[in-house]
Amino acid sequence: MTEHSHDHTEPPSDLVLKVKALESLLVEKGLVDPAALDALIDTYENKVGPRNGAEVVARAWSDPEYRVWLLEDATAAIASMGFVGRQGEHMTAVENTAQVHNLVVCTLCSCYPWTVLGLPPVWYKSAPYRSRAVSDPRGVLAEFGTELADSVEIQVWDSTSEMRYMVVPERPAGTDGWLIDELIPLVSRNAMIGVEKARTPGSSVDP
Amino acid sequence: MNGGHDLGGMHGLGPIAPEAEKDEPVFHGTWEKRVFAMTMATGFLRTWNLDESRHARERQHPADYMRNSYYENWLRGLEMLLVEKGLVTAEELERGAADPSAGASAVVPLQAGDVETTLLKGGPTDMEIDQHPRFHPGDKVRVVNINPTGHTRLPRYARGKQGVVRNHCGAHVFPDRRALGSREGEHLYSVCFSATELWGERLNSDFKVHIDLWEPYLAAE
Repeated sequence: MTEHSHDHTEPPSDLVLKVKALESLLVEKGLVDPAALDALIDTYENKVGPRNGAEVVARAWSDPEYRVWLLEDATAAIASMGFVGRQGEHMTAVENTAQVHNLVVCTLCSCYPWTVLGLPPVWYKSAPYRSRAVSDPRGVLAEFGTELADSVEIQVWDSTSEMRYMVVPERPAGTDGWLIDELIPLVSRNAMIGVEKARTPGSSVDP
Repeated sequence: MNGGHDLGGMHGLGPIAPEAEKDEPVFHGTWEKRVFAMTMATGFLRTWNLDESRHARERQHPADYMRNSYYENWLRGLEMLLVEKGLVTAEELERGAADPSAGASAVVPLQAGDVETTLLKGGPTDMEIDQHPRFHPGDKVRVVNINPTGHTRLPRYARGKQGVVRNHCGAHVFPDRRALGSREGEHLYSVCFSATELWGERLNSDFKVHIDLWEPYLAAE
């Protein structure tokens, strides 16, 4: 019944056949070019992903002037690094601090900053996350293993317009003097959505 | 419309159960890749816009919307638009083959060599309009209580609630009318709501929700 169970099991063969039939119909009618479909898929599987956002965050951690620019005009600051285009036309960056924790959701569909994070994970698009991020954010964070002090205020951003939000997580302690290339692996996709904190030095880092 | 997509505040939908970030592929299966790419490529034909595309998915029966996986909803929305806009007939869709008597399509499909520049160009929605913004940062506003049967980006949980304007985002294309094919700008604001205002007095109400709302959704308080 849930999206979760659907997306983790083998798709029904009639669905697979239906999609193949639709593609061959659209090709036959001259509405899509299969090579263009391959290029679209390749873009989001291999070229545009959360590494872009991690570069933005690591630079903001390292360069105070860039941080101010990012928080004041994220669209321009992110575009200056070459991350522009579809689903990143209008950007806002929100910063986590010791007092404030930000969390991004789209309750109405799946709006997400593709230019800096790529395509959204299944859970971000799922009904459980979309329903509860705006009504029980602490409960949602707990499901990701993220516990915040009672004194921390949570700010949730519901992406109802074409404005796209990314979270600048807090820079982890113990990283003084680290170079940008050393900081980038600490910036997880989930930290830039706001469901987790940035990785700490010495924690296992995803490849 | 008050459809199955408007999920903010709903209960009983189960745990989030996220797949570990390091393990999750961008797509789960080839069919998802092809649905994603067909939706994107046909979107660039400019026969419909993004809000019409969203509205197509939303117009499904709420039980279908919630039962379907994400890309099944994209597939359903794409099939609806292809038929409604006359690019494909229902019979062709059923058969999975073109009607031999149908003439060649007049549209030019997105070419592989144009994918990168098309994606980089994006589709900005900001526009210049003559009207001055009615609201300014710090203004108290109340969300209007409307229940349009067409497309809207005003979630149910915000209707009738009081909030404070955080900032003015300029004028952007108004989705309620864009889904009907008309490109008109309205001022857009980021509006901040307290958890207590949205959900009532209760434990764990130490948070705020920011929602992007167009001027027609707001009244002065």
